[in-house]
Amino acid sequence: MIEMFQEWYENRHEYAKYWKEKTGGKVLGYFCTYVPEEICYAAGVLPVRILGSHESQDVTEPHIFAMYCPFCRDCLAQGLEGKFDYLDGIMIAQSCLHVRQAYTSWELHVPTDWSYYLPMPHAVQSPRALPYLVEELKKFKTALEDWTGKKITDDDLRRGIEILNRDRQLMKQVYDLRKREEPPLSGLESMYMVVASQITDKEEHARIVEDSLKELENRTLGRPIGQRLMILGSEDDDHEFIEMVESCGSTFVIDDHCTGTRYFWDEVSLDGGDPLTAIATRYVNRVPCPTKDWPVRTRTPHILSLAKEWDASGAVILQQKFCDPHEIDIPAIKRALEDQGLTTLFLELDVTVPIGQFKTRVEAFLEILQEEDLF
Amino acid sequence: MAKYKTAALKSWERAKEIRADYYRNYEAAHEKGGLRWAGGAWTFDAVPAGLGDDVYPITSEPYGATIAFQKDFSDRCLEAAERAGYARDLCAYMRNYWGSIILNEYGWAEPGEERKPFPKPDFVWQDHICCSHAKWYQVVSDLEGGIPEYCVDVAIGPYEKTTEHGVDYVVGQLHDGIEWLEKTTGRKYDDEKLIQAVYNTCRAESTWAEICALNKAIPAPLEEKTMYSLYVLGTLQKSSKDVADFYEELKAEVQDRVDNKIAAVENEHSRVMTDTQPPWGFLRVFRYMANKYGCVSVGSLYTFALIGNWVWDEKGNFVPRPTPQSLGVEIKDRDQALRVLVEWELSKPEWQHFYHPKYKSDMMIQIAKDWSLDGVMLHYNRGCEGLSLGIAENRLAILEAGFPVMVFEGNMGDEREFDEARTVARIDSFMESLGVPKLE
Repeated sequence: MIEMFQEWYENRHEYAKYWKEKTGGKVLGYFCTYVPEEICYAAGVLPVRILGSHESQDVTEPHIFAMYCPFCRDCLAQGLEGKFDYLDGIMIAQSCLHVRQAYTSWELHVPTDWSYYLPMPHAVQSPRALPYLVEELKKFKTALEDWTGKKITDDDLRRGIEILNRDRQLMKQVYDLRKREEPPLSGLESMYMVVASQITDKEEHARIVEDSLKELENRTLGRPIGQRLMILGSEDDDHEFIEMVESCGSTFVIDDHCTGTRYFWDEVSLDGGDPLTAIATRYVNRVPCPTKDWPVRTRTPHILSLAKEWDASGAVILQQKFCDPHEIDIPAIKRALEDQGLTTLFLELDVTVPIGQFKTRVEAFLEILQEEDLF
Repeated sequence: MAKYKTAALKSWERAKEIRADYYRNYEAAHEKGGLRWAGGAWTFDAVPAGLGDDVYPITSEPYGATIAFQKDFSDRCLEAAERAGYARDLCAYMRNYWGSIILNEYGWAEPGEERKPFPKPDFVWQDHICCSHAKWYQVVSDLEGGIPEYCVDVAIGPYEKTTEHGVDYVVGQLHDGIEWLEKTTGRKYDDEKLIQAVYNTCRAESTWAEICALNKAIPAPLEEKTMYSLYVLGTLQKSSKDVADFYEELKAEVQDRVDNKIAAVENEHSRVMTDTQPPWGFLRVFRYMANKYGCVSVGSLYTFALIGNWVWDEKGNFVPRPTPQSLGVEIKDRDQALRVLVEWELSKPEWQHFYHPKYKSDMMIQIAKDWSLDGVMLHYNRGCEGLSLGIAENRLAILEAGFPVMVFEGNMGDEREFDEARTVARIDSFMESLGVPKLE
C-alpha cells in the first residue's frame, strides 16, 4: 500500500490528467504551500503543487537570472517544457521572491487560462495580518467562483476544511510512528507520502494513508535504523539524496520542510465560526516559512522540540543554493541545534546533487555521530 | 573641441555636507541625549521622526554601499560575515553591514581619522518587501546581543490593485508601531512632527522625480554617476526638511543647466540608462563610457524611482507625482498622516516589480522612449535579489520594444564578483553595435 505514494510521486502528471478526465474538474497548479487549498477543494478544483524534476535543463536562463534558487528555475522549466500542459490555471500565495519569478515567468510564457496572485501577508506575527488575510481570502473565493461558475457556500468551505484536516491528522499519525525506536517507514517513504498529498486528491490520499497506517503498525524497515536524523531547510524532494543518506546507516525520523511537516502540521480549527476566518487563522499561525518568520524566529524552538521528541541525534541542514530566507536563518538554527547537543551537517543543493561527493561527507558525518555514541 | 559646455555642479558641496552630517549625527546621537535607530532606505522614516528632532537614523542599504565603496574595508567586512557562517550569495549590503558590526568598525570615518566602533542602534524600524529586509535585522539583533525590532510588511500587491483593506493592514501596523516606539523609547509621540515629516517625504520624492525628468534634455544636465551621490540623500532620510529643501535648490540649478545647455558630458553623442545598483567600487566605468565614447547614462528606474515618485498621467505619460499638499490635501491627524504616507509610498515605481516584471518593463520602455535613449545596460546584480528580480524578463521586454540591451554581471557590494576588464570589453562591443565611434 505504501508504495502507492511513490507511484503517485513519479506519475503525478498522469494522475492529474486521469483525475481531470474522470471528474471533469479543473486542475490548479500552485507554487507555494501558503495557498489555501481548503478553498480550492470547496470549489471542486484539484490543487497540485508545481515542483521541479531534478533534471538538468536549458530553458530558464533567458527568464530567471542564475543567482535565484535552482528550485524556482526547475519549477519554471516544467512549465516551459510543457510538462504541466493539462493545468487549467496557476496561482501563488506570496512567499519568497525566488519562486515568485517562476510564477510570473510562467504567466508570461506558458499559455494559461487563469492565474491568481494571493498577497499572503508576511507579518504573520502582527495582529493586523489576520483581518487582512480574511479579506484577501474573500477576494480569492470570489475569483474562484467566477472562474468555475460555481458558488462556494460555507458548507463547501467546511467540507474543504474537513478534507484537509483529515489528511493532516492522518499524516501526523504516520509521523508519530516514526518516534518509535524502530520506525516502520523510512524518511524517503515519508517524503513520498507528504509530496503525494500535494499532487493528488486529498480524499483519495487520506484513504490510502489510512490503509497504510494499518500496514505500518507491524511493519519494520528490515534494516538497522542506524543514526536517527532530522532533515531541515529549503524545499527538498530530492529522493536520490535522501535515499543515499539512508543507505549509509541512518534513518530520517523527522523534518522541518515544506515537503514535510511544515506542510501539514497545523489544522484549521473551525469551532462553528466563519470558515474563511478559520482558514486564515491556520495560515497565519502555521509553522512559518523563514520568509515570514520575523521579528521573532519562532521556527527555532519548534525545530528543537521536533528533534527532541523524535529523538534525533543529528541534523542534516539543506539549503537550495541562493535560497536567501533559509540562508539567513541557518547560522542561528545550526547554533541552536548544536547547543542542544545535535551534530549538524550543512549541504547546499542544486537542481541535481553531486551524490558521490555528498556521500563522502555524509559518511564522515555519520562516523562522527557513531564516535559520539561510543565515547 | 567639446560639443557642449559643461560645469561642475554648484550643489555638490551641500550634498556632501548633508551626507557627512547624517553619519556624524547618528554616531554622536547619544552625546546629545538623542537616540539612534536603524532601518532600511525603504522604511517609513517619517514615523520615528515623531519621537523628536534628536532621533537619528542609519539606513542599511546606503550604509552597505558606503562600505562597498571602500574596497579594502568591504573585503574585511564580507570575510567577517562569511567567517560567522553567512552565505556568500546573500545581499552584499547586508553582509557589509553585518561585517561592520562583527568587526565593530564604523563605515564612516572622517578623513585622516581612525575608524570608530560601530554605533549600536537603540531600536530597529524596518519594513519588508524583499525576503531579506526584516531578516537582516534579526541577525543584527543576534550580533548586537538584542535590539528591539519593529518591522512593517508592505507587500500587499501592486499599486494598481491596491485595496482599502490592504492600506488598512499597513496603516494598522504603523499605528501599532507608534505605540511600540513610545513603549520602547519611553518618549511621548508628537503627531505634528509626523505630519511635517510626511509633507517632507512627499516633497523630497516628488522634487527628485522632477529633477530626473529634466534629464530628458539634450544634452543631459546630469549623468548617472553624479546622480548616485544626489539621490542617496533621499535614501538616507527622505523625511528630513534638509533633504527636501536641498532637492528644491538642486532642481533650480538643474533647470538652469537645461536652459543654458550645460552638459554633464561635454561630448554627449549617445544616451543609455542602466538598471539596479551599480558595482559601487567601480563607478569609473561610467567615466570610461563618457570619456571614450561620449555616452551618457541619464539614469535608471533605480536612480529615478527608488526615491522619486512617479505616476502615469491621463495621457499615458510617465511623470513626477504631484505631492498631496500641492493638490490641496491638508493633513490634520495621525491616522490621516499615516494613510497619506502609506498610499504615497506604495505607489513608488521601484516597489512594483516585486509583484510582476511587466510593471518595471513598461516603465523602463517608457523611459527609453521619453529620455531619447540609444540603448539600455542591465546590471545583473548578484548582490541584490530584490532589485535583480525579474531582470531577465525586463531584458526580453526591452529588446522586444526595439531597444538594444547590454547585460553585464556583477555585484553592487562585493568587488570579488565584478570583472571590470570584461565589463569594459562588453561596453566596447555594445558601443560598436550601437554604431557609436570612439571619440577622437
